[in-house]
Amino acid sequence: MSATRLQTAPDMSGQVRFDSDGARLSVQGRLTIDSFEHLDRDVIAQQASRAEVVDIAQLSHMDTAGAWFLLDLAGRTSAGAASVITGASDAQTLLIEAVRTNLPPKAAGAKPAVRLVDHFETLGRRVALAGSHALEMLSFLGQVIAAMARVIRHPRALRLTSVVHHCQQVGLQAVPIVALMAFLIGVVLAFQGSAQLRQFGAEVFVVDLIAISILRELGILLTAIIVAGRSGSAFTAAIGSMKMREEIDAMRTLGLDPVAILVVPRVLALVLMLPALGLIANVSGLFGGALMSWIELDVSPAVFQARLVSNTDVWHFNVGMIKAPVFALIIGIIGCYQGMKVGGDAESLGRQTSASVVMAIFMVIVADALFSIFFAIVGV
Amino acid sequence: MPSDPNIDPIIRVRGLVTRFGTTVVHDGLDLDVKRGEIIGVVGGSGTGKSVLLRSIVGLLKPAEGQIEVFGQNVRDTDADDYRALRRRWGVMFQDGALFSSLSVRQNVEAPMREQLDLDDDLRALLAGIKVRMVGLPNKAQDNYPSELSGGMRKRAGFARAIALDPEIVFLDEPTAGLDPIGAAAFDTLIKQLQLSLGLTVFLVTHDLDSLHAICDRIAVLADKKVLAVGTMQEMLALDHPWVHEYFHGPRARAATPVAKPKETE
Repeated sequence: MSATRLQTAPDMSGQVRFDSDGARLSVQGRLTIDSFEHLDRDVIAQQASRAEVVDIAQLSHMDTAGAWFLLDLAGRTSAGAASVITGASDAQTLLIEAVRTNLPPKAAGAKPAVRLVDHFETLGRRVALAGSHALEMLSFLGQVIAAMARVIRHPRALRLTSVVHHCQQVGLQAVPIVALMAFLIGVVLAFQGSAQLRQFGAEVFVVDLIAISILRELGILLTAIIVAGRSGSAFTAAIGSMKMREEIDAMRTLGLDPVAILVVPRVLALVLMLPALGLIANVSGLFGGALMSWIELDVSPAVFQARLVSNTDVWHFNVGMIKAPVFALIIGIIGCYQGMKVGGDAESLGRQTSASVVMAIFMVIVADALFSIFFAIVGV
Repeated sequence: MPSDPNIDPIIRVRGLVTRFGTTVVHDGLDLDVKRGEIIGVVGGSGTGKSVLLRSIVGLLKPAEGQIEVFGQNVRDTDADDYRALRRRWGVMFQDGALFSSLSVRQNVEAPMREQLDLDDDLRALLAGIKVRMVGLPNKAQDNYPSELSGGMRKRAGFARAIALDPEIVFLDEPTAGLDPIGAAAFDTLIKQLQLSLGLTVFLVTHDLDSLHAICDRIAVLADKKVLAVGTMQEMLALDHPWVHEYFHGPRARAATPVAKPKETE
């Protein structure tokens, strides 16, 4: 037999070998999924197209991938059917048959190319989806408010333990980070403010700068941002994993209202605690500012205090405090809503948690901008 | 095809001791699994069936004892050997343990992607064959695990376990939670693939029907050891209270093939 050796893979004992003598393509050795790393399938396929019989009597080992390849070769022969494979053992026949019945269905043509119109369609769908999400969130807000109203009418329905627990989680445990953050902001403001104001000899106005910016805007805004990152995400993750483990459904079947049990205590705790955290941030920020003014500008604490009391309207403080519960509501509602939206898989938990933080921070800033306009119109 | 008993066992466990804190799960457990057989591992809840499975595949470190698979010590191998060893077995966990961020096809492709250097089309094609071999519809390939029913997830987990045509598959309660028709179909599937791929199957199960239908031998875990190993007939004849209760209880009677006429109780 004058066989032309076609393909020899690198030396591994028992590697597969294809020999062709025109009408007969014989396969020897081990034909497994590893073989395809080395085989030049096109060359063998070409050889197969000239063959009439694929002889595998010498094939010592074959796996599913090997069986598929043999079927592929058989399909390329002149007869073009699995019957050209000869010399298979019983087990090999079984495997080839099993693979043959599970071959992929003939492809229904390539996927149509993405056109410009499709992009518009995607955009449209996204907008519609965003709209429906906004509506859903509004309805969720309504549910929470209704549940809170029920609690006001029946105070005994309030889960007090749960509220206290969440107050500790979102309030007490956030005190160190919030205080430190505000202190540093106060320091930075004093430092930067003094550098600019010194040019005009107006160093003493640094007190007004610090007081107004911290009391009115920064104290509460930055606190809200930290709380959104800290507690908003925790709400989403906690409620989301309960949703994943069907705990929420279990509650519903037991006649318990998940909104009243899970959402109301969280939102309530946040509404109570965010003003308190804002207050701490204000005090800590002013303290940092005063300290830096003293070191950098020789504005003594007594002068700082006097100027603070005489020149800063109490409404600056009030404006900040009025915003706090609204920010808390935004963070709480978004955090819990996103938790309720978690689906069955771990991936969606991560997605919703990150969406919750981004959205909460964004909405807090939007609300802050609206407040600014509102207070400017009202004139405080 | 039960093989020659003289042949070396493919899995060999000797003197296995497993402890969690002060709880002893296995105390001097011995077990041999022969090449090409389907061995069913049964035992009450908490007797450490899944723990045994996890120990054999090297996920748990036993306190004492030897575990050899293909004649190699599972715990005492370097990273490369262990990698080569893993390549030769597949594991299906109870709920499929599919990667939730990947579609079914990508799940089946994952071991191929990790172990081999194949071009994308070929890998997708081979994964597609495996998905259909385990009886999933073709369109399920692009579904994500969260979109599948429990039974389909198990099938997909099985497809991933056999992605590389391993020599041994470990199945942890493959038929638990399936309806009787689905469970029977899964049994048939295991048997069929065992015949065509020449698999050795290590089956942890409570399903008496599976034990009757496909297992060549049954190993009973009790009293922290393998209490007995043998065929179904031998198990039925065994005189041990738990084993007797297990194989002769009211549910067992229902599963026994109606070879003999129904006895009046």
